[in-house]
Amino acid sequence: MPETQIPVTVLTGYLGAGKTTLLNRILTENHGKKYAVIVNEFGEIGIDNDLIVESDEEVFEMNNGCICCTVRGDLIRVVEGLMKRPGGFDGILVETTGLADPAPVAQTFFMDDEVKAKAKLDAVVTVADAKHLLGSLADSPEAQEQIGFADVILLNKTDLVSADELKKVEARIRAINPHAIVHKTERCAIPLDRVLDRGAFDLDRILSLDPEFLDGHDHDHDHHDHDHDGHDHDHDHHHHHHHDIEASGVNSVSLRIGTLDPKKFFPWIERVTQEQGPDILRMKGILSLKDDPERYVIQGVHMIMEGNHQRKWKDGEKRESRLVFIGRKLDGDSLVAGFEACLA
Amino acid sequence: MANLQSVSFGAFVVEAAFLGDSAAFALGDGTVRRLVGEEAETTPVHAGAILTATVADGKLLTGGDDGRVALTDAAGKVETLAERPRKWIDQIAAGPAGVVAFSAGKQAVVRFADGRERAFDHARSVGGLAFAPKGLRLAVARYDGVTLWWAGTDVEAASLTWKGAHTAVTFSPDGRNVVTAMQENALHGWRLGDGKDMRMTGYPSKPRSLSWSARGRFLATSGANAAILWPFHFKDGPMGKQPLELGVREVLVTRVACHPAEEMLAIGYQDGMVLVVRFADGKEALLRRPGDGPVSALTWDASGRRVAFGTEQGAAGVAAA
Repeated sequence: MPETQIPVTVLTGYLGAGKTTLLNRILTENHGKKYAVIVNEFGEIGIDNDLIVESDEEVFEMNNGCICCTVRGDLIRVVEGLMKRPGGFDGILVETTGLADPAPVAQTFFMDDEVKAKAKLDAVVTVADAKHLLGSLADSPEAQEQIGFADVILLNKTDLVSADELKKVEARIRAINPHAIVHKTERCAIPLDRVLDRGAFDLDRILSLDPEFLDGHDHDHDHHDHDHDGHDHDHDHHHHHHHDIEASGVNSVSLRIGTLDPKKFFPWIERVTQEQGPDILRMKGILSLKDDPERYVIQGVHMIMEGNHQRKWKDGEKRESRLVFIGRKLDGDSLVAGFEACLA
Repeated sequence: MANLQSVSFGAFVVEAAFLGDSAAFALGDGTVRRLVGEEAETTPVHAGAILTATVADGKLLTGGDDGRVALTDAAGKVETLAERPRKWIDQIAAGPAGVVAFSAGKQAVVRFADGRERAFDHARSVGGLAFAPKGLRLAVARYDGVTLWWAGTDVEAASLTWKGAHTAVTFSPDGRNVVTAMQENALHGWRLGDGKDMRMTGYPSKPRSLSWSARGRFLATSGANAAILWPFHFKDGPMGKQPLELGVREVLVTRVACHPAEEMLAIGYQDGMVLVVRFADGKEALLRRPGDGPVSALTWDASGRRVAFGTEQGAAGVAAA
C-alpha cells in the first residue's frame, strides 16, 4: 500500500443527531486542511464550497457469491474523480443518510482495488443524540448498527439530558460497542483532530482499552495484568469479554490470548467470517503469530477481511493477540473456544 | 525509441487526443494543453477538474466537475455546450453530425448540433455512454445492464440485461456487438442480432480501457499484466477462444490504444512505460520508459505514425511509433 492513501472518515448518525452541525463545522473551521466532503444532499449544508460533492447513495452488489459484499458505486466514481484534482486532499469525509447501513461504505475501501490504492478508511464516526438515542436504539436496527460500526462516537446534545440519563445512554453504547472512543459534546463542539485523520482506526488504543473501565455490566472479567514480569505466561493468561445485552441486538466479544499458530488461526477466522459474516459488523485485532517478529493487524467488515504486518514487536513488549468482534447475536463461547484452539 | 516531445504538466492527464496535427491533453486541473511547436499552450476550460474527454469532430469534448460540457478546438477556442450546475459530468460520448451525449448522475442527455437537448432517465447512475457506429443509437451502461436508446426518434428503448454494475460500454465497429466493463473485473458482451451473452473473465483488476483494433477484429483491454485482446472475427465472437496476450510484463496494463489501420497496439502500464506491439508476432518497441505514475491517457494520430500519452502524475508527450 502506498503511503499516499487519503484517509477517509465515514460519518453516520441517526436522523437529527447532529451530523449536519459537525459537517458545517468541518467546512467552516479554520483548520488549515483540505477536506472533500461527500454528502447526500446539498440542501442540508449551509455553506457553498466547491469541495462538497453531492452523491446519491448507490449500492452495488458484487457477483462473487458473497451475499453481503456490497460497495457504494457512487463513492468509487467520486473518489476516482477527486483523485484527478491537483494538490490532493488531506482527507475525504463521507456522510451517510440517517437510515443507511454503514457497511457498503466501509466495504468500498476494502473491496475496490482502485479506491483502495488511493484512499483508506480512517474511522467510522457516529453522531448520537443523547436525548433520543435510547429510543432510536429500541426501535431501529439501523441505529444499533451505526453504534456497533463506530470507531468514534460523538455523544451529542449532552446539555439536553440529566447526568443520570447521560450515564444510562453511555452504558447502553458501551453494551453495544465497548471499544469505540466516545466524546461527549454539545452542538458537536470538539477539536476536529479528535475526529478526523485518526490513523489506523486508533486500533492500538481501541484494543488496549481495558473493558472493565468501559463497562460495568461485564460479567466475565479478569484483571488486566499491567505488571508484566517478563515470564512467558501468555498461554494461561486469557481475557475474554462478552457483552450480551439483548438477544436481538448488537453485541461485542473481546478476546485476548497469547501467540497464535497462523496455520490454525487463519483457517479458523476464514471459517468464522464465512459462516457468521452477515452478523459480524466489525472485526479488528492485533495478533502475535508464531515465528513472526512483526505485529499482525487484522480487520474486517462482514465477510471481508484484510490483514497486514504493522511493525516489529518491541523489546519487552508483551506479545499477545487481541481480537474484537462486534455484531448481531454473536456466540461468545464458541468464539472464545475457537480462538483458544488457535494458540501456538 | 523515438521520443519527439516530452513535457510535464503537473496535473493528472485525463485524456490525450490529436486535434488536427497537434496533440492536446485534458487535465485534472481543468485546462486543455495543446502542443504547438515546442510550446504547450494552456486553455482554461473547466473551473474544477476535467473528469472525462474525447475527440468530437476534430475538437476536444470535455466534461468537468463544474457541471459543464465544453468543446475546445485546435486553436484553443472554447464553447460551452451544456451546463448542469453542481453536478459532475463524468461520462461523455461523441456521435455523428455534431451530436454529443453526456451524463450527470442517473440522467443521460443527448445534445444535438442545434443545441436541442433530449434527456434519458435511468433508475441508477450512468456508468458509461457510447454511440453506435451508425445512426443515433446511444448505449447507456448502468446497473444490471445496458439501455439502448434511439436518440432521434421515439422508438422504445431496448434493454440488455446482465446482473451487476456496468461501468463502461462500447459498440463494435460493425455495430453488431455491445461490450461493457464490469465492477467484477470482467467484460460482458451481447450480440445484438440474437441477444447472445458473452462473458469475458479472468482479469486480476478492472478492465477499464477498451479499444477496437482496425476493422474490429479484436477488442483490446487493460486490467491484466498484459494487454488482453478478445477475437471478434469468429462466428461466435470470443466465446470458446483464447484471447491474445500482448506486452506481458510484471506490471498492470492501465491503457490500451489500437492503431487506426494496422494490427498494432500501444500499451500503457502502471509504471508509466509505453510499448507498441504488433499482433502477428508480438514484436515490441519501447515508446516511453517507466516513470511519473500510471499511464492514464494514450492515443494514436489519424495517420498512425505518432502516439500521444499522459500519466497520472502529469507527464505527457508525443512519440513516433
